[in-house]
Amino acid sequence: MSALKRHPSLVVMFALALIFVFIVPQVTELYIINDMTVFAVMATLALSLALVWGFGGILSLGQSVFFGIGGYVYAITVLNTGESTIPILLGVVVPMAFAAVLGYFMFYGRISDIYLAVITLTVSLIFYHLIVSTSGGQWRIGKSPIGGYNGIPGLPPINVPGDPSARLGFEGKYYLSIIVLFLTYFGIRWLLATRFGRVAVSIRENEARTELIGYDARAYKLALYAIGAGVAGLAGVLYANWGGFISPVVFNIFFTAQIIVWVMVGGLGTLVGPMLAAVAIQYLVTQLGAAATSEIKAGLTVFGMRLDLKDFLDSNIILGVIFIVFTLFIPKGIVPFIRDWFSERRTHGRRQAESGSPAE
Amino acid sequence: MTAILETRDLSKRFGGVAAVDEVNFSLNDGELRCLIGPNGAGKSTFFKMLCGQLKPSEGQVLFRGNDITGAEPHGIARAGMGIKTQVPSVYDGLSLRENIMLSAWRTRTKRDALAIVEDLLMKIRLADQADRLVGHLAHGQRQWVELAMVLAQDPVLVLLDEPTAGMTLDEVESTAALIRDINQTYSIIVVEHDMQFIRMIAETVTVFHQGKILAEDQVDNIMRNPAVRDVYLGKQADRGA
Repeated sequence: MSALKRHPSLVVMFALALIFVFIVPQVTELYIINDMTVFAVMATLALSLALVWGFGGILSLGQSVFFGIGGYVYAITVLNTGESTIPILLGVVVPMAFAAVLGYFMFYGRISDIYLAVITLTVSLIFYHLIVSTSGGQWRIGKSPIGGYNGIPGLPPINVPGDPSARLGFEGKYYLSIIVLFLTYFGIRWLLATRFGRVAVSIRENEARTELIGYDARAYKLALYAIGAGVAGLAGVLYANWGGFISPVVFNIFFTAQIIVWVMVGGLGTLVGPMLAAVAIQYLVTQLGAAATSEIKAGLTVFGMRLDLKDFLDSNIILGVIFIVFTLFIPKGIVPFIRDWFSERRTHGRRQAESGSPAE
Repeated sequence: MTAILETRDLSKRFGGVAAVDEVNFSLNDGELRCLIGPNGAGKSTFFKMLCGQLKPSEGQVLFRGNDITGAEPHGIARAGMGIKTQVPSVYDGLSLRENIMLSAWRTRTKRDALAIVEDLLMKIRLADQADRLVGHLAHGQRQWVELAMVLAQDPVLVLLDEPTAGMTLDEVESTAALIRDINQTYSIIVVEHDMQFIRMIAETVTVFHQGKILAEDQVDNIMRNPAVRDVYLGKQADRGA
């Protein structure tokens, strides 16, 4: 009970983790489990940006770069080795190393936030065009084709370390993804409570002051950026594992923009918000995808022009509408919005209890 | 007496304008020095060069015998310099306790740092507000939070840029007492406009004018110095009248 009072969100999240690991798979259809696996992967990706942007103040517009590198490194190495343990590690370490090099130039070069955002986005687009132009059969790394726009299909599922024949099925992938999601959540909570995490947050608040009390802000930002890249890379590995497939779509502007939307809609400076937003928006996109391929006859005829509802079920249009609505009406995001609403009610109640004496 | 801080021909030019012009300044270990001068005399620019926020155009800064010219702010802070900036530079989005904790935690274990934080909260008499966001405090209180952060660094030299700006007379008096108190432990340089306050704390005063040192003397002599009265104190008196 006292733990619930001191860290209510931790207790709730722990209970949720237990429910998702032990109860949900027992009572849910396999095809829903399969959808939930990719939702968990996207929520993990959302956490990586929630950490880097929401707590570190680093607006990494191209966070999908690390997701994509993680997925591709995993795909290429697992096709070459046939055993998934080392490919998973590489899928985390290579994005971190790449972030460390890119981050070194950005943070030690002391470029401003807006340039950092543009550079990270540009890097993502460079990767997109690079991969797309590798469709010929001559583009291969060992046994693995790179595949250009078509991507790399036929990836074997993750196996039990050391035993390539013991591969994960649909349920195994679900368990792995959901456990990684919750471990990432608790890991980030822990990180933010350490001195490293507090200093990272202080840099978001006031970088000049953090330097004046003796911390090298550049080094902290670089480390945080690399950690975020590692989390995104791990999500990329699990994504490739989920579908047995990776394609350059993960590097394009729509994919990287949706991560921004998740974090903004869920609430900058929170972890639960972006996780929830990623799942909710991902669910919406999945449903829309299903609807767009079904037979919907609804539509309007305006000045002789036929506008079919189906044509507007494009996921990017929906994402854009969500983004605009939130920017205009709930710029802080859902979780801070709800939190403010509750704390206002509480203060309001207390003020009334104090016989209406206006505080402050 | 040994000098803890020395500048040699220190200059900062912005375009063609020399904000600080070949300043040779020296501070003894344990001293409390006041810098005064009209707006634009170069005091804040001088401070920013000392703590590394601005790179000097020319000249040297020697701190505890080491050349720190052009070093990064965090490196200078680690060498033992703490600065309270003119506009309070604090973490408005974090609690009072956490503001001071961040500073105390760098060189200490968590337990030791927490103990120091509680001491400092008592010292600045804001212990009852420890969990409030600093952004919600009054201007004078935010100045004290910043001062507590500087002290939590455990520096050897403390730079205070207008520590009483926006304070009531009561607050000015307790700030003066606090500064005299911390001068027992640290060397201090204070930039101030308020002559009343300077009389409360200072012995030696350095007068800046147009980027140069115009005069440097005991506070009473400075008050009588005709050149100083001409460029600075006279205007102060006019403004007061």
